[in-house]
Amino acid sequence: MEGGRTGSRFALGLDPGLRRDDAGKVDRNLNKILMLDVTKLTIEKANAALRKKEFSARELTDAHLEIIRTKNPTLFAYLEVFEDDARAMADAADKKIASGTTEAMTGIPLAIKDNILINGRISSGGSKILENHRATYDATVITRLRNQGAVFMGRTNMDEFGMGTSTENSAYGTTKNPHDTSRVPGGSSGGSAAAVAAHMALGALGSDTGGSCRLPAALCGVVGMKPTYGVVSRSGLMPMGSSLNQIGELAKTVTDVELLWNAVRSHDPLDALSQEYDARKFVPTPKQAKRIGVPRTFLEKGLSPEVRTNFEATLTSLRDRGYEIVDIDLPSVDYALSVYYIICPAEVSTDLARFDGMRYGLNVPGANLMEEYVHSRAQGFGKEARRRIMLGTYVLSHGYYDAYYNKARAIRQMITREFENTFAGDDAVAAIATPTSIGPAFKIGEKVDDPLSMYLEDIFTVTANIVGVPAISVPSGTVERDGKHLPLGIQFMAPHFGEALMFQIGKDLGK
Amino acid sequence: MLTKQDIDKLAELCRLGLTDEEKAGLEKDLSSILGYVGELERAQVAFSDQLIDPNLTLNSMRADGEPHPTRHFTEAILANAPRRQGDYLSVKAIIEK
Repeated sequence: MEGGRTGSRFALGLDPGLRRDDAGKVDRNLNKILMLDVTKLTIEKANAALRKKEFSARELTDAHLEIIRTKNPTLFAYLEVFEDDARAMADAADKKIASGTTEAMTGIPLAIKDNILINGRISSGGSKILENHRATYDATVITRLRNQGAVFMGRTNMDEFGMGTSTENSAYGTTKNPHDTSRVPGGSSGGSAAAVAAHMALGALGSDTGGSCRLPAALCGVVGMKPTYGVVSRSGLMPMGSSLNQIGELAKTVTDVELLWNAVRSHDPLDALSQEYDARKFVPTPKQAKRIGVPRTFLEKGLSPEVRTNFEATLTSLRDRGYEIVDIDLPSVDYALSVYYIICPAEVSTDLARFDGMRYGLNVPGANLMEEYVHSRAQGFGKEARRRIMLGTYVLSHGYYDAYYNKARAIRQMITREFENTFAGDDAVAAIATPTSIGPAFKIGEKVDDPLSMYLEDIFTVTANIVGVPAISVPSGTVERDGKHLPLGIQFMAPHFGEALMFQIGKDLGK
Repeated sequence: MLTKQDIDKLAELCRLGLTDEEKAGLEKDLSSILGYVGELERAQVAFSDQLIDPNLTLNSMRADGEPHPTRHFTEAILANAPRRQGDYLSVKAIIEK
């Protein structure tokens, strides 16, 4: 007698045979978990089901742990699964639900990127230099999720410290794209995106400095966003490009991403550049709310026919839903990638200076202090980290500072003004639309030896970080390669504090 | 455009102990990247200290208040230390005699 449980049940698509324990007895609990189809679940649906007691938070977590058990060995989305802690968090969530204080994230299984600190757990930032480092406090976003009774399933794989567009720069191995395991999931939040895409979690947190949540979301066929700079606290996020960085949210639908974003955002005194979203929420005019701008000149270069066709198809869908699509001009956006790859390495060279083998992280013993510095850092950092530290140090050094760093900052201001002009005035648009990526997921190993080619993957995403505006990628269909259907995404950039505008567009598209 | 001496000097500044092979690779990579980002040279614009967003909250600090209890984080922090001596981090001498 299972006690009044309702709700449809379908096989998970795993081995559906009845599980028996060692004594040959049918394991009723495991069978119930196997009957719970998490592939049909979203955060929103799970929340409703938990409130109606269709299943428990423990059953929901166990069902996800089962999928992780079967899929993670191949996909390697999770560096570490927090099996026991997840079950304990789920049990605590069930108590919260029983007491009638269920919140949006109560009992929801979430995947957390390895650069977001969870007290007491190893947080390695995808790097060898922090292989055994245990976080000594919770990131603010983690505290907020804990308070709601969310469940942390594990820490997800990432490019080292967030530097990369494919997750191939992880010191621990590459995550595979669930749609084609010979291809990358995108990066740097590849593990988080793959976890959601393969139903190993209902939502995930990542970090987005130049597109690191949006790009993998697009390549894995899920929704991924970057908040307005300052809206989500960076306290407890390992710094990498601090003027560009935000903790991004990934999930299966726009509504889910909005729920997750709502749960984690705050005005945080522990983040010196934290901003008040509620006080500054962007309100469009009615006309503006239905206008979407496309930077045609910028998109002219280098869009493959497939991506162009896919992009135009979504624009047609938007027109069908009452949106006006207008051409806009962003003259300086051509420089955006160069601006990013000067400012980001410059800031990275500072952000990574703290890893000196003295207080935490890898220490390679040496004859003197300098030897310990140079060997600990050289051995602890991977290739891309070293590249960016050197590049950053160069553009900040005497004689080059003005030509590179100051120039990049000046152009950054120019691009920001152009964006603000696009979002204001009689011709204002609610969002700027571009494809999220230049193409579908590329093959593992294809770009790993060509850093510039890897950087070019970011060409449509970096601008949102440079300007600080919020941006979201929603799935826009697939293209076929080697008989597999590979996802693409469309990106919407809204005004500062204009998250509601991009959520609305995504929902209108049915995502 | 970067020379071997540039790379040597940079590596020292960055406190990175690199092999000759790694340095050669970086010379190639950085030259290629700088070749691309150097396009910024064409833009005729100067950086201004004035904030674009006058309402940007800068340097919000938490209020002075009760500190956390003494030693609340000490063990957790020192547990991550590569070398410790009691409550001290043990490091090589900064100034050598």
